[in-house]
Amino acid sequence: MKGFYSRKLHSLLGIIPLGLFILEHMLTNFSAVEGGSQGFKDSVAFLNSLPLLLVLEIVGIYLPLLYHGVYGMYIAFQAKPNNGSYATERNLRYLLQRITGVIVFVFVFWHVYETRIQLALGKVTHDEMGSVMHGILTQPIFFILYAIAVVSASFHFANGLWSFLVSWGITVGPRSQRVSSYVCMTLFVIVSVMFVWSLFTFRTEEFAGATALLQNIRMIG
Amino acid sequence: MAMAETKATGKKVKFIITRQDGPETKPYTEEFELDYRPGMNVISSLMEIQRNPVNTKGEHITPVCWESNCLEEVCGACSMVINGKPRQACAALIDNLEQPVRIEPMRTFPVVRDLVIDRSRMFNALKRVKAWIPIDGTYDLGPGPRMAEKKRQWAYELSKCMTCGVCLEACPNVNEKTDFIGPAPISQVRLFNAHPTGEMNAEERLEALMEDGGIEGCGNSQNCVRACPKGIPLTTSIAEMNKATTKHMFKRWLGM
Repeated sequence: MKGFYSRKLHSLLGIIPLGLFILEHMLTNFSAVEGGSQGFKDSVAFLNSLPLLLVLEIVGIYLPLLYHGVYGMYIAFQAKPNNGSYATERNLRYLLQRITGVIVFVFVFWHVYETRIQLALGKVTHDEMGSVMHGILTQPIFFILYAIAVVSASFHFANGLWSFLVSWGITVGPRSQRVSSYVCMTLFVIVSVMFVWSLFTFRTEEFAGATALLQNIRMIG
Repeated sequence: MAMAETKATGKKVKFIITRQDGPETKPYTEEFELDYRPGMNVISSLMEIQRNPVNTKGEHITPVCWESNCLEEVCGACSMVINGKPRQACAALIDNLEQPVRIEPMRTFPVVRDLVIDRSRMFNALKRVKAWIPIDGTYDLGPGPRMAEKKRQWAYELSKCMTCGVCLEACPNVNEKTDFIGPAPISQVRLFNAHPTGEMNAEERLEALMEDGGIEGCGNSQNCVRACPKGIPLTTSIAEMNKATTKHMFKRWLGM
């Protein structure tokens, strides 16, 4: 595929479906803040009650994520950042977009292994997801790594939305690009806060599962 | 300023110049110290070094090579990296520069010798995107359609591009790992597609931008628009061409 189309596809997939997915993930996590352990269980149950679940997962998440991630690595490592000479906000965001992309790429493998793959292997059930997260996030190092990763993912999504609008010729002039910067950076703050807030919530006692299970998860982590 | 006024004042100006003897040889730095003269710029300093090629160690060396033509920031030939920023040496007044003044070639381009670079890739890119208006034929085609004054005004800004290469040097996506043509030729597509006669070949130029190394190489760092010495709205041109190529892509798919 010619570079033009593969880059366009990369840009599109970052918003649809991946941008929508990250918002969905944020809301699902936030149900832990809003509804506690039961609220989170209900949200997970709702997602798992969707028809054609595996097809939705593969077409809506795994394949786009794989394409966006692998092609994104290619883009990231082609860059030759010059933030020393051009210390502008846009140039900083250019660099951060690539750094956060690499962070999220690594994080996603780890996170999917700890959650979705453990589920597929039958080691945990959907209802135990909250306590799986509790087990991981009560360990300070993992909590910090998760916090870095969710903030990175939020930035990558919000700033990616900004550049999507430029790359598809929607925001053309400097004023529209400035306005969309404000909107997208506000979105970054909101999404980050909601993700980090739910990380803190998963640490509360309410999410602690059976001790044996916790031990099991600590071993996985 | 009259030449008579440029007498020495006792102050000194220090230069650190990155030199290179040939395209394949290793670069090295050499330091020079010149008497300060009011109104001196980087080109006049290089001329002074050429007149008296002695470095700070007192060694007699081969003079530093550079290129320049117009000396009024319209030809683009004397572009080089001065204190970390690519710009025209003729417009770089010593009074406005931090010392020591560090001068390097624009390494995005192949270095021929010292500060002389080969900007062929810029002209090849212009050929690639067909940055001209084809009007040659076997008979008189008559006068072309007229251009609206409002459009002429912004198109004129784009026509100020002097292919100097500063935007390519400032772009983090123009490097040896990519084949990105850079911001300048993308803006030229916008210029020639805006022209009422040039517009008749608009699709050819858009398709050239959709080839490998075309517009998809932009990473939105927006350094180009900050670096351009002519103040050309390069990022607006790129976004406008993003819109045009996206439209063209859908039109082609849908067979419109």
